[in-house]
Amino acid sequence: MENKPLIGQPVSRLEGLEKVTGSARYAADYHVSDLLYGYVINSTITKGKILSIDVSAVLALEGVVKIFTHENRPSLAWFDLQYADMDAPPGTVFKPLSDNIIRYNGQPVALIVAEDFETARYASTLLKVVYKEEPFDTVLSQNLDKARAPKKGMSTPLKPPPPEPAGNFDKAFGKADFKTEATYHHGTEHHNPLELFATTAIYEGDGKLTIYDKTQGTINNQFYIANVFGLKYKNVRVLAPYVGGAFGSGLRPQHQLFLCVLASLELKRNVRVTLERKQMFSFGHRPQTIQSLRFSADSSGMLTAMNHCAAGETSSYEDYNEILSSWSHKLYPAANTLFEYKLVPLDLATPIDMRAPGGVTAMHAIECIMDELAYKLDMDPLDFRLKNYSEIDPSTKKPFTSKELKQCYEKGAEKFGWHLRNPKPASTKKGNRLVGWGMATGIWDAYQFPARAAAVLTKDSRLEVHNAATDIGTGTLTVMTQIAADEFGISADDVSFFYGDSKKPFSMFQGGSAITASTGTAIIAAIRELKKKIIKKIKEMPDSPFEKIPEHQIVFRNNSVSVQNRPDICIGFQDLIRANNGREFKVTKLAGPDVLKLRKYSKAAHSASFVEVEVDKDLGTITVTRAVTAVAAGKIINPKTAKSQILGSMIWGISKALHEETLIDPNLGKYINANLGEYHIPSHADIPEMEVIFAQEDDTLINELGVKGVGEIGMTAIPAAVANAVFHATGKRINDLPIHFDKLI
Amino acid sequence: MNSFDYKKEITVDSAIKAVSADYKAMFLAGGTNIIDLWKYNLAHPEKLIDINDIAALSIIEQLDNDGIRLGALVKNAATAYDPLVEKHYPLLSKAILAGASAQIRNMATNGGNLLQRTRCYYFYDPDVPCSKRMPGSGCPAIKGRNRIHAVLGASEHCIAVFPSDMCVALAALEAVVNVVGPEGERNIPFSDFHRLPGHTPDLDNNLQQGEIVTSIDLPPGKFSKHYAYLKLRDRHSYAFALVSVAAAFEMEGSTISKARIALGGVAHKPWRVPEAEELLKGRKTTVENFALAADRILSGAIGRGDNDFKIPLAKRAIIRACEMALEPEMQIPGAGPSL
Amino acid sequence: MENKSGILTSLTINNNDYKLELLPWVSLLDMLRERLNLTGTKKGCDHGQCGACTVLCDGRRILSCLTLAVSKNGSEILTIEGIAAGSELHPLQKAFIENDAFQCGYCTPGQICSAIGMLQEGKAQTREEVKELMSGNLCRCGANVGIIDAIMQVKEGSGHE
Repeated sequence: MENKPLIGQPVSRLEGLEKVTGSARYAADYHVSDLLYGYVINSTITKGKILSIDVSAVLALEGVVKIFTHENRPSLAWFDLQYADMDAPPGTVFKPLSDNIIRYNGQPVALIVAEDFETARYASTLLKVVYKEEPFDTVLSQNLDKARAPKKGMSTPLKPPPPEPAGNFDKAFGKADFKTEATYHHGTEHHNPLELFATTAIYEGDGKLTIYDKTQGTINNQFYIANVFGLKYKNVRVLAPYVGGAFGSGLRPQHQLFLCVLASLELKRNVRVTLERKQMFSFGHRPQTIQSLRFSADSSGMLTAMNHCAAGETSSYEDYNEILSSWSHKLYPAANTLFEYKLVPLDLATPIDMRAPGGVTAMHAIECIMDELAYKLDMDPLDFRLKNYSEIDPSTKKPFTSKELKQCYEKGAEKFGWHLRNPKPASTKKGNRLVGWGMATGIWDAYQFPARAAAVLTKDSRLEVHNAATDIGTGTLTVMTQIAADEFGISADDVSFFYGDSKKPFSMFQGGSAITASTGTAIIAAIRELKKKIIKKIKEMPDSPFEKIPEHQIVFRNNSVSVQNRPDICIGFQDLIRANNGREFKVTKLAGPDVLKLRKYSKAAHSASFVEVEVDKDLGTITVTRAVTAVAAGKIINPKTAKSQILGSMIWGISKALHEETLIDPNLGKYINANLGEYHIPSHADIPEMEVIFAQEDDTLINELGVKGVGEIGMTAIPAAVANAVFHATGKRINDLPIHFDKLI
Repeated sequence: MNSFDYKKEITVDSAIKAVSADYKAMFLAGGTNIIDLWKYNLAHPEKLIDINDIAALSIIEQLDNDGIRLGALVKNAATAYDPLVEKHYPLLSKAILAGASAQIRNMATNGGNLLQRTRCYYFYDPDVPCSKRMPGSGCPAIKGRNRIHAVLGASEHCIAVFPSDMCVALAALEAVVNVVGPEGERNIPFSDFHRLPGHTPDLDNNLQQGEIVTSIDLPPGKFSKHYAYLKLRDRHSYAFALVSVAAAFEMEGSTISKARIALGGVAHKPWRVPEAEELLKGRKTTVENFALAADRILSGAIGRGDNDFKIPLAKRAIIRACEMALEPEMQIPGAGPSL
Repeated sequence: MENKSGILTSLTINNNDYKLELLPWVSLLDMLRERLNLTGTKKGCDHGQCGACTVLCDGRRILSCLTLAVSKNGSEILTIEGIAAGSELHPLQKAFIENDAFQCGYCTPGQICSAIGMLQEGKAQTREEVKELMSGNLCRCGANVGIIDAIMQVKEGSGHE
């Protein structure tokens, strides 16, 4: 039977059965004997010092085993570098329980370990911590005077500073006939994956641990734990076979991992630490930002000048940065540009990448000011984008490896019915509702990180591929299986992908929409190596019919090796193993981006979103009724899971535009809506009718697979499209997110 | 978070006895609020008296006066979908179904709904001051983030709002709360059941220790033809009201003969101004007339900054709810604006 | 701890009878997960704000996080582990796979249990009504469209076998 190619097929998730039957096990789901439960205690002040900790009542409680504080934390790694995970920004990494200094409200100050969860939780109310408080700053808008350039560090190449100025912005903007300026405020957001951060550490004896952790990078956390606790790498195994969402929050080891391992090693016991939902607000978040933009155009609608100044929040101890003010020049070819990005250190935890970090924030501002300028020019917003369409990257003057944004505009507009739009704001009514249509452009980088994969043709003639990557819900297992099956010419049923395990070959972490490009390319490389090894073997077989066949004519398909146009020459995988004396074939191979080739190009995924909102004319209530997103992200390996990625990120965009925000009380210096009742993510009732279109984008340059990643691109255009639709409905520009309906009354 | 004793009582008398004798004992009905509060270290019961099996409190029955009696232990969902309630008091059904989620409505009881505590951010954080939680400690909301807080009937000690939707309808319908305690029975008009914060924000209502809500009586005035429940919030479902309105009329021809308007999300209790309702009596159903009533209801309202919008919003919501009440069949799931 | 004596509690869980000695402060959710190793029921907030812990109790969908296990003495509990009939998946389970109604899968058990409860309640007719009555189950991945599609497919009886 012919194996059909799987790439491009809407294969259902291979782990579906486990997920719908409850047998998929997440970090807190491992039942192990003699398990202890850890409960984290958080600082109740924002800045200052711990003067004393009274643990007596805690220790007096029956069932409490131990409390860890900075006073009894064992001596551990000394150097910052040993705590620096692969995603650590420049600065001094936070080291839990290392001293009595309080850097932010909610900072972990103790871990109580007890025989059961209820006792540990109750004991937390008995701990008495005396603090000395100091004045603090937690609100970006009140501290802009402290803005400064970000420090450079290991992550700078991934997050370069904005492009240098070009032309003369002030002059061009000053004399422009059509110009607009606006400031955009974004509040704090927390990832809030539905799975609570949790670690189950299994003490294997002798400095050896097996750790089930909630993470986007098993090896990242393995290295961190080994470095900090002075363990051998091979003695630390971090597993994350199922991850209940992460969205960036799992890019760095979080403190429950450290605390759980500390307790496990000290007590020589199995320990589980699960954070409470409110403690999910006690580490990284999407930072507060303030962006000021000034754009101008000539009377033909060509952009003449662009200025984007952005300020973001960071902590007092690390310089988290994201790419904010670089995006407009990657899209639009204005001759005069001025970009700036600064950081303001505040007394908060270090922010951490959150789905489409920087990109979604910046594109909201850029695409709103583009909309505003289109109105000044009396141009259709889509025509204005097309007028300023650039086939090359204006900021680098390099061509793109591929760019099918125009197709996104056209297909999206057609599906949405954009040409029917009456441009006049507040002109379309439906009962008491004003109907508005808005559109925006999206852009996201196309990353690829180095990764290593193992490929094995096993004794029972199955293909195994191995890589340490996680599947955080993206469909990685399914997609990698499709890639491997096609590359090896084997049916998907005969492929096993082993992942989510630090014992597997190297993967950096699952972020930046890069896992398909990174792990997928490594799998291709490993399988090609495997094929070479097999070809060598079959050519060496006595009387081999393959002996004289050029390698490029030898093909792997239908679970066998054969020769093009020579149906008579064929060896099945089973026979192959037999010929190899029953032994498996195994290779590992490292793959990374082709830096030399890619240096000549710019790379990006693009999208265009079209949104319809209805706004109650008296009450301001906003309903998103329709949303269409067209995406150009190279080859789509699995249109089913890819569509889900885009739909999910579109909902994230709607949520950012209309719903979610972590509220800080400036007087208390703490988040006050740290729960899912008051931190609003969309409910089913908030979800509109949605459509996803994938543009045909053939990219032979970007990587072996021609993929760009789909985890984030679908989000980047939505907030601006929603805000622009709200403007079209009401005539009001609301530049601060989220747009609460009361801003419209 | 503390440990507690647990005991099931199956008669009202034994339950009252168990709780009135011990000020650290509390009743456990649906549990959706008390267990939540206990897990946040906000409630510290030393004994929970489970009253769920008191059969006498678990029924809905027709009263001789043509009203109906809602047992205190009937679940919110069962009440909303009860044929008698759906037919005669559809306003109550709509309000209940606008609150919480289907799962919570399956658990929460009618009596418990009356006794739920505020969702003020600061009340819910045991690590910050709150005069409702720790009398005299102050109200950080007044100078803090108060977008969700009260604009009516607040005090310098507390600007929290009462979160129930069901109670807004019960206020509009002039329900009576039947209570039994160590001192015997009481029948409390709905408007007297909940309190304003004043100097004692720690007291949400006028129930005494050991008293138990046994039932809620709905009087014969049913308002079953012209009614609306309008709920405005930050997402379309599963969120508390920033402003909600229960509006109901009885009509004679095109003239209003009786009006009821109650607000949720704006005060420490469901907010009703009978004089405003009187204003509408004998008038036509025009926006101008509704606006008159709305202005009256909001008179004396004070914004605290973030929540200033609630004053104009509540006025507009009242007008819209009154309009919606004229076309109740148009009402949509989630109690959003349907016109 | 002031009180260490457990309360003998009888529960039928997924058609199996259990007699457990439980302290009153153990939630039904923690009992399922930590005592019985039924970890299919998920803890997403522990405060009744996400729906991940939804189980069916005597046929009705409830939140196990806000339920004291001892208070359900004598009840029948159905969790995600007991939804399928042996190896034959429930139509909703099949429809969830077919419609890609999950990404990370963490909210899925609660969504499925809630949907079963909702369909039994019989109150939702239209897609809008289904969305409203399923809104007690949050999905952070944004798989909402697939979830509602899957439920509508089963509701309309067009589930593929």
